[in-house]
This record gives sequence, structure tokens and C-alpha cells, in this order.
Amino acid sequence: MSPIGPLLLATLLFCVGVYGIIARRNAVLVLMSVELMLNAVNINLVAFQNLLWPAEEFVSGQLFALFIIAVAAAEVGVGLAIIFNMFRNRASVNVDDVDLMRW
Amino acid sequence: MTGYDAVFLLVGLVTAGAAILTVTSKNLVHAALHLAVTLAGIAGVFLVLHADFLALVQLIVYVGAVTVLFLFGLMLTRAPIGREALDSQNRGLGLAVAGGLFVTLAVLIVQAYGGADAVVPQRVATEAIGIVIFARWVLPFEALSMLLLAALIGAILLARREAGDSGETIDQARIEFGEAPSTEHDRARTAPAELGAGDAGAGGPTGGESR
Repeated sequence: MSPIGPLLLATLLFCVGVYGIIARRNAVLVLMSVELMLNAVNINLVAFQNLLWPAEEFVSGQLFALFIIAVAAAEVGVGLAIIFNMFRNRASVNVDDVDLMRW
Repeated sequence: MTGYDAVFLLVGLVTAGAAILTVTSKNLVHAALHLAVTLAGIAGVFLVLHADFLALVQLIVYVGAVTVLFLFGLMLTRAPIGREALDSQNRGLGLAVAGGLFVTLAVLIVQAYGGADAVVPQRVATEAIGIVIFARWVLPFEALSMLLLAALIGAILLARREAGDSGETIDQARIEFGEAPSTEHDRARTAPAELGAGDAGAGGPTGGESR
């Protein structure tokens, strides 16, 4: 199979994530969009590893994807904790309401 | 068009559609469920690319854990479901940025890899992944375990209630002294009692003896 399919799918997922981050107001949905972007990068890494450089010695693409999955899981945990704190202090999860530290 | 391409087209269309529904659906729980479909579709893409181990990790970590975490997050924050406007004013800006980025990247990718030969995806054995992760990548692996531990402790510290604002004492005070009900559920529960006992002078929210 040609590498162009997975690369285009990853591009689409990344751009959908960018749109979600810019356009949505709910903080949990913004976090979901970040997950979409991270997954898009994972697809790219695996596609390059398995289609274009299959003989690479250290399996770098798949290992990087594994590391990204672990970091994303940690990020979701901390991010949701921050959102809970925000909800407790402000009774809102709207990212437009939290502009206290804006310049 | 080989079988790989056909299966990939199918899985990729499902994934892309679910991803678009994730960021456009009005109902937040539906958005989380669409996200689950998207992540499962990405696991399918990994399977088509012959990355079996990664597909299973994706299923366990993302579809199994992260989606449940998101659903908990949505329900614990009592997010407005369907009533409040979910999009901010800069929806047009988002569409422009995302669309422009997609067109630019797609043109670049087609230019760079449009002429690449169609190859059969190569499987990397799980055994090889295990050997290489503990031989070549052992330092990042250990750093990652430290990061996970730090994230665990940090999440517990952040999400824990402080000693001063514990929810329990506030609840007790509200029941005893009959303060204004703070949640919609309480409001709906106490409103009929208030109407019924209005002439007796003991309003619903203040009358603890009615229960």
C-alpha cells in the first residue's frame, strides 16, 4: 500500500484537532482535541516505520508512538485534574472564562 | 488497489468521520463516544499497517482507559449537555486555520510522497520490540515511568479537596439551616414542598421536620 493514505488521514485528524482546540469552549472537549492531534502523529510515525523504513534497527517509529501514548495518558490525568480544580473554583469549564492570567 | 488499500480506505473513512463528529457534535457525551470510535479506528489503522502490538496498546490505553476518564470528566463537571452554546465566537477562525493547514499539508505530502511505490507493510515482531525497548530505549523508558509516577501524584494532589472546603460540611450546613439549594437537582426536589407548605409558615427549604 502507498504511504500517502495514512499520511493524509493523519493530516486530517491533526487539522480536526486544531479546529476543535480553536472553536470549542468546553475544556474537556479541548483536551479531547489534543488527544486527536497526538494520535495523528502516532499514525504518521507508524506509517513511516512500517512502510518506508521497515528495516530500521531500533524500531524507532513504533517505540516513539508507544512513548507518545504513555505521555498522552499522563497528560489526560493531569489535565482532567486541572479541569476539576477549575470547575470547583469557578463552577464552569468554559475556557473563555479562565482568562485571569492573560496579559 | 490492493486489499490493504481497500481495508485502509474503509477504516480510514470511519475514523475521519468519527473525528469530525467528535469536534462538531452538540452533545458532550456523544462527542466522547465518537472519540472512542475514532481511537478504535486508529487501532484498526495500526492493524492494517501491521503494527499489532501498538494496536493492542491503543485499544487498552485509549479505548479502555482514556475514554472512560473523559466520560468521568464530563459527568463530574456537570457540563451543560446540549443547552448551552458549545462553540466560541471564533468558529470561523478555527475553520480557516484548520482548512488552510490541511490544504497546505496535503499538497506538501502529495508532492513529497505521491510517487512513492506501493509496498507491503512489514511486521515488527513483538519480541523485537520488547528486546529493543529494554536494550536501546531503556533510558527513555525509565524517564517515562518517572513521568507517569509524577503525573499520578500530581493528579491526586490537584484533584483532591482541600481540608477547608470539604463538600461534606457544606452539605450538612445546607440541610440544617436550609440555605438555598445549590444544584438543579435540589432545586427541583425542594420546590414542590415549598409550594405546598407555603401558608403554614414553614417553607420547604427551612423545614427539616417534613422529612
